[in-house]
Amino acid sequence: MGKVVVPVGPQHPALKEPEGFSLTLEGEKVVSATVRLGYNHRGIEKACEERTYTQNIYLIERICGICSHTHSTCFIQCVEELAGVEITSRAAYIRTLVGELERIHSHLLWLGVAGHEIGFDTLFMYSWRDRELVMDLLAMLTGNRVNYGINTIGGVRRDVSSEQIKDILKTVDKLEERTKYYIEVLTQETTIVQRLAGVGRLSKEDAIRLGAAGPTARAAGVKRDTRKDDPYAAYGEVPFEVITDQNSDVLGRGIVRVKELMESYKIIRYVLERLPEGELTVKVPKKIPAGEAISRYEAPRGEDVHYVKSNGTEMPERVKVRAPTLANLSSISHMLEGGYLADVPIIIAAIDPCFSCTDRMITVTDREKDSKSMLDWNKLRAYSIDWHKERGLDFSAISHLREDGR
Amino acid sequence: MSKIGKILPVALKTLFTKPSTEAYPYVKKLVEDDFRGKLEFNCDVCIGCNICTRVCPAKAITIEKVEGEEKKFKAIVHLDRCIYCAQCVDSCPKKALKTTQAFELAGFETGNMTVEV
Amino acid sequence: MEDKLSLFYILIFPGFIFLSLYGLLIEYVDRKLYARFQNRVGPRWYQPLADIIKLASKETIIPRQADNRMFRWIPVFALAAASTSVLYVPIWGTNSASSFDGDILVVMYLLTIPTLTFFLAGWYSKSIFATVGAIRALTQLFAYEVPLLMALLAPALLANTWSFTKMAEFYSHHPLYSVFNIIGFVVAIIAVQGKLERVPFDIPEAETELAGGPFVEYSGRLLAIFRMAIDVEMVVVASIIAAVYIPFFYNAVPVLGFLIYVIKTMFVVLILAAIRSIFARLRIEQMINFCWKYLAPLAILQIIINIIAKGVLK
Repeated sequence: MGKVVVPVGPQHPALKEPEGFSLTLEGEKVVSATVRLGYNHRGIEKACEERTYTQNIYLIERICGICSHTHSTCFIQCVEELAGVEITSRAAYIRTLVGELERIHSHLLWLGVAGHEIGFDTLFMYSWRDRELVMDLLAMLTGNRVNYGINTIGGVRRDVSSEQIKDILKTVDKLEERTKYYIEVLTQETTIVQRLAGVGRLSKEDAIRLGAAGPTARAAGVKRDTRKDDPYAAYGEVPFEVITDQNSDVLGRGIVRVKELMESYKIIRYVLERLPEGELTVKVPKKIPAGEAISRYEAPRGEDVHYVKSNGTEMPERVKVRAPTLANLSSISHMLEGGYLADVPIIIAAIDPCFSCTDRMITVTDREKDSKSMLDWNKLRAYSIDWHKERGLDFSAISHLREDGR
Repeated sequence: MSKIGKILPVALKTLFTKPSTEAYPYVKKLVEDDFRGKLEFNCDVCIGCNICTRVCPAKAITIEKVEGEEKKFKAIVHLDRCIYCAQCVDSCPKKALKTTQAFELAGFETGNMTVEV
Repeated sequence: MEDKLSLFYILIFPGFIFLSLYGLLIEYVDRKLYARFQNRVGPRWYQPLADIIKLASKETIIPRQADNRMFRWIPVFALAAASTSVLYVPIWGTNSASSFDGDILVVMYLLTIPTLTFFLAGWYSKSIFATVGAIRALTQLFAYEVPLLMALLAPALLANTWSFTKMAEFYSHHPLYSVFNIIGFVVAIIAVQGKLERVPFDIPEAETELAGGPFVEYSGRLLAIFRMAIDVEMVVVASIIAAVYIPFFYNAVPVLGFLIYVIKTMFVVLILAAIRSIFARLRIEQMINFCWKYLAPLAILQIIINIIAKGVLK
């Protein structure tokens, strides 16, 4: 059988967000794979420059629906560094608590998605059922299931009461028991092991060379965790272990994630036992002094980096977000090559991708003329209308619609 | 060590337990008391300082004077723009704004999404 | 009179109308059980019918590159083949609507036609996903068909007949003989998952990688016919397994006999739904390995056991 090119994406059931993968197949084997970014660029970094720091918290929080606490905390850490304030330790502990609850919900979500990608819908339903317990906890603590809005510049917005602590501990016990069961299922169920073991290999050297982050790197034996390497919030005081695995395949990535759940339960118990008394917020002026700051945060998917440059006004001059998926994306085509078509969805899912958070604008650089070019919204629209016209679809009749570029 | 059908005992047990899903919208999901839902406005204490309008990240709330009445204000909320962050509630110096538990706020027409609360 | 009776058999019972209604019921039971295994509420009883009505009322889109005539006729072939095969399968007691010595093979051939139509449907759709799915459907056919046929032949060997009706009659008189067929029952149940393209063998459809495989371009009425054909196939397959491997409690009283038939087929559906719930989808090469390495030898073992049993017992 000859080579065929299969487009996975930008719209495909294996992908929850638009992203383009172009696979060259020989029979069922993937010979080569290319990744195309840029289907869901939202211009959040630019929008940040037109909003005050307080407004930006909520905008930044909406970069990702799953690791929303990650992004807002990472951004706020930059702002607090620029303003030169230190948050109270109670606020730091609450941030840690919400951060770990978010990690639990994200990893349980991943487990379900992984189950679905290999056709194991029962595991998907079970793990999402248990994820609801965490979502309820987050709703109770912060007022919403996603986009918690617990952070504010200089601290947190809501306190944790002693009754809530009791509820959290009870739920964590229940979740721990379930997680133990999932570890057994993941490592013992024959069809799962058959589908995951040896799939999407990424050796330690390759993981370092391609700059993998988070569980993807840790599954290859790279002991790298921002919570340990560069502690933020309360992680400097909390004892926990960095989980690594030597499998360096999709199964290893799964094992790292479920074992990290167990560590998260430990962290939550520690944090709740030693929750210090104190104020929730410290006063921060509206105008942030000029300067630059960078902050790192261990998102459930890997290391998240934010950069903020301020100019002494109420609004930042530049905000730069490097979501963890961008770090892992370069290793995807390496992992896909040599695998089977059937493994493509699970390999992509195994880095726990968040494409919208990652997407960036593409600037085309002409090296010979040394010039840079970019397509703005209207040019892009015109281009796409022409592109479809060449292929027999005429959209020019509706071109008057939304000409304003909204 | 691998087992064929590891999940079977639990699956069989689940067959006889109560389903954990609910038939929404016939069965309503209850939300927490301090859920960040639709805004509620107390016109008696509002002083029309417009801080809420200024802090809103989504330009979703405006405070307008009530015609013909002295120092009386009404709040106009664009439900389609509001991101329910409740920063306006936190910023309000007179505590005139409050969040409620209302969350089923979807509508069919964009024109109907601007309401006075 | 003869003609009218055949028409009744083909169109009403156990033909098209009965099959469609019972197929929808079986789909509902399957989906409900699947949902309950997963701790979900599951669909309401009319959901499969509602799905079919919804699909039938929708626009049917035929891709420009696809072969128009083939694209339209293939679903009909699938449904016709699946509905015809039921005429030789016992439903009411041990008798089927029609029977002759050798109808086992005819039924097996008729049941292969839906799978072939899946292949043709994918092939004539001219979409890359459908083509890959079509090739997978055909590859898979070669893997499960041999064990399935052997597993059905073994009981036939013991009963010394090539007809479902006579086989059912034989086992109803000697119910203890069916104890020998337990291995065959297991093999048939597993192979049937491949025939019906269900987890762990739903490789041709594989939603997450192929987006529905051969049916990716199908929509509207044509997809509804395909869905119907799969439901009907499931009824036939469940009836065959019930008739061959669970040949107990036949009752000549019409209503009671039918009730027993329903209980038996539902039991088969329960097992099929359980298998669907507890496994992940295998890769195509793993599936073929499994079928040839484990299923086929087991089926051969079953045949050997039955040959020996026949020699010893008679």
